[in-house]
Amino acid sequence: MLQIVVTLAIYMALVIPVGIYMYHIAAKKKTFADPVFNRVDNGIYKLCRINREGMNWKQYALHLLMTNAVMVFAGYLILRLQGLLFLNPNGIEGMESTLSFNTIISFMTNTNLQHYSGESGLSYLSQTLVIIFMMFTSAASGYAACMAFSRGFAGGRKDVGNFYEDMIRITTRILIPVSIIGGLLLIWQGVPENFIPNLTIETIEGKFQDLAMGPVAALEIIKHLGTNGGGFFGANSTTPFENPTILSDMIELYSMMLLPGACVITFGKMIHAKKQKEKNKNATMAVAKKAVFGSQGRTIFAAMAVLFLVGLTICFVSESAGNPILEQAGLNQDMGSMEGKEVRFGIAQSALFTTTTTSFTTGTVNNMHDTLTPLGGMVPLLHMMLNCVFGGKGVGLMNMIMYVILAVFLCGLMIGRTPEYLGKKIEGREMKLAALVLIVHPLLILGFSALAVVTSAGLEGITNPGFHGLTQVLYEYSSSAANNGSGFEGLADNTYFWNITAGLAMFFGRYIAIVAQLAIAGSMLAKRKMNETIGTLRTDNTIFVLILVFVVYIFAALTFFPALALGPIAEHLTLWMS
Amino acid sequence: MKNFASYLKRALILTLILLLCCSVIYPLALTGLGQLLFPKQANGNLIEVDGKAVGSELVGQDFTGDQYFQGRISSVNYNTYTEEEKEDGTYGGVSSGSFNYAPTNEDLKARVEEDVAKFKERYKEATGDEFTGEIPADLLTASGSGLDPHISPKSAEIQIPIIVSNSGLTEEQVNEIIKENTEHKILGIFGEEKVNVLKCNIAIAKAMGEI
Repeated sequence: MLQIVVTLAIYMALVIPVGIYMYHIAAKKKTFADPVFNRVDNGIYKLCRINREGMNWKQYALHLLMTNAVMVFAGYLILRLQGLLFLNPNGIEGMESTLSFNTIISFMTNTNLQHYSGESGLSYLSQTLVIIFMMFTSAASGYAACMAFSRGFAGGRKDVGNFYEDMIRITTRILIPVSIIGGLLLIWQGVPENFIPNLTIETIEGKFQDLAMGPVAALEIIKHLGTNGGGFFGANSTTPFENPTILSDMIELYSMMLLPGACVITFGKMIHAKKQKEKNKNATMAVAKKAVFGSQGRTIFAAMAVLFLVGLTICFVSESAGNPILEQAGLNQDMGSMEGKEVRFGIAQSALFTTTTTSFTTGTVNNMHDTLTPLGGMVPLLHMMLNCVFGGKGVGLMNMIMYVILAVFLCGLMIGRTPEYLGKKIEGREMKLAALVLIVHPLLILGFSALAVVTSAGLEGITNPGFHGLTQVLYEYSSSAANNGSGFEGLADNTYFWNITAGLAMFFGRYIAIVAQLAIAGSMLAKRKMNETIGTLRTDNTIFVLILVFVVYIFAALTFFPALALGPIAEHLTLWMS
Repeated sequence: MKNFASYLKRALILTLILLLCCSVIYPLALTGLGQLLFPKQANGNLIEVDGKAVGSELVGQDFTGDQYFQGRISSVNYNTYTEEEKEDGTYGGVSSGSFNYAPTNEDLKARVEEDVAKFKERYKEATGDEFTGEIPADLLTASGSGLDPHISPKSAEIQIPIIVSNSGLTEEQVNEIIKENTEHKILGIFGEEKVNVLKCNIAIAKAMGEI
């Protein structure tokens, strides 16, 4: 208990300076590291003749899609041909076509769902040139989209920024430097970083043991920092070589939590700065009020935090209660439900990691989610269904703003006023786009799940009997559509059916949302600002935090409750009633 | 069409430059720095006995000898194998993972019941007494990775009588070995108390003069 509280307290202390640094990068303000990075970036702009003119939302979205498409084709080729290429000391063969399709979509969309096992499915060349590469670029793409989105909402300019400039600034100023520092910390804790083939050693009993090697740390840090989640090894961050100690666990935890949380601060500060600028326009003495969050950002952060803490509590309590069936079988359950967990993390850090990885849509796991207790497993599932509890790099904030739009719309109906957000009217076009984003997500999850449970190809993947089988299916598609990537790993998912359907869920889950959200930002940017009156619904106070939390839960309850009732809730009742 | 070509060209250039930064410069820089600053850790934290690697202190191993501590249940048998097992295909190559049994899965219950019975039998064989204590949850559940190097101190404690009778060491000696290889919470807050099974077993083998 105590360690969860302390861990989260340290997080709060860290996220604020990171958020401020990110704001400076997004808004092109001065930072302490400019002398170095300006040179690097300018060199790159010159070398590639990147022109840095502003783009409207359509151009921005098209450039993003085109770049992602090019990367997908390049990566697909490498995966198919890895058996023939170099840097393959363990002699791994080319990847099968539907599996390559699934893998490449999975990594480009920041999902990192893995239907292969890293030890036996990828060469070191693929691990660096495809996996690590996409971990950087998919994260940068999501975050770039979020920066454009925030600029649109903050307003006060004609364009939403330049996509290429954003990509390069994010990569050189945040992702690579933090990855090198974090990567070294992980190596210090015992994560291997080399290019030697797997080792075979002789044990003291005269048997043999294989130890998997490779550039693990390089992948490990960006996997979390970019909220990617795909492991070097099959069992992801449960394996000692990916996550050897409690310190490495906390480094990984923080590196996935920091940037999505910081995105909210960046957003808040952008809005705040715009407001200050307007206020000071007429005043002769311009005294800028400093704010850590910005009041609009604070509301959103608070709502996300409430959702997060509710989920964490349910998960922790449920896992601590243990498994009554094993108690009957003669195994003491005082330690909690240890099946699928590691001793060095125990229940507390496992529950925290599980809730975090699905809230921040990373998808890395430090325990096996398939073996979680029913309600403990429902929390990650629910948070991926909500897809807005901090969320992945950038996109979580954008999803939460969709709920904000829904919330002001509902409130607007109740008080009989045109809904407004940040001084701009929310009209038909924005509502339609927001509704599209909010409907596509459940449609992908429930639609594909329904397809899987009525076809034999889908049913063949289920490996656990009873209600848990349905949970496995729901989890797979929630994880895909939310671009999370964790799995109920028991699911036998490396088949044509699962590779293709999950691939499609990931693809639509990512790009429909991003394009629609950029369109909303573009249309908000084009609107005239309204003056605030006494009747304006305030979106920066505690009441709005509560409204937002309720809107999210009500929306989820209406959409997903029937499915959850048949899966985890039914399993919980059978477990404790029998 | 001209527009398309210009989009494509810029996308290609960005892809190439990011490939260079993220997939070539970055991993090479990190590998270089890692090998320079932390050579032991970067190469797997190997434990050597008489100059020969016998395992990694981070990765658990499967032990069959009755004089040794048993680790947790592993779905991949800790990637440990004998020559016969490799030849007949029982061992299919390096991997990781767990059984992925749901808490309500009958197979899980059956596996645990079988292992509880096995443990009690081992205990009785070694000491002649019935086992009356409680078996902690970690000892007979499968770890997530299948490679967990640790067990809880309680799980080590209940194995002491078995080891004492099979190894010929005294209870004090075994207790001392456990104590030396117990890792504590950081600052008394973070993590769990845990015992490293491989290190304990190496210490037992040394005390018995086997290595």
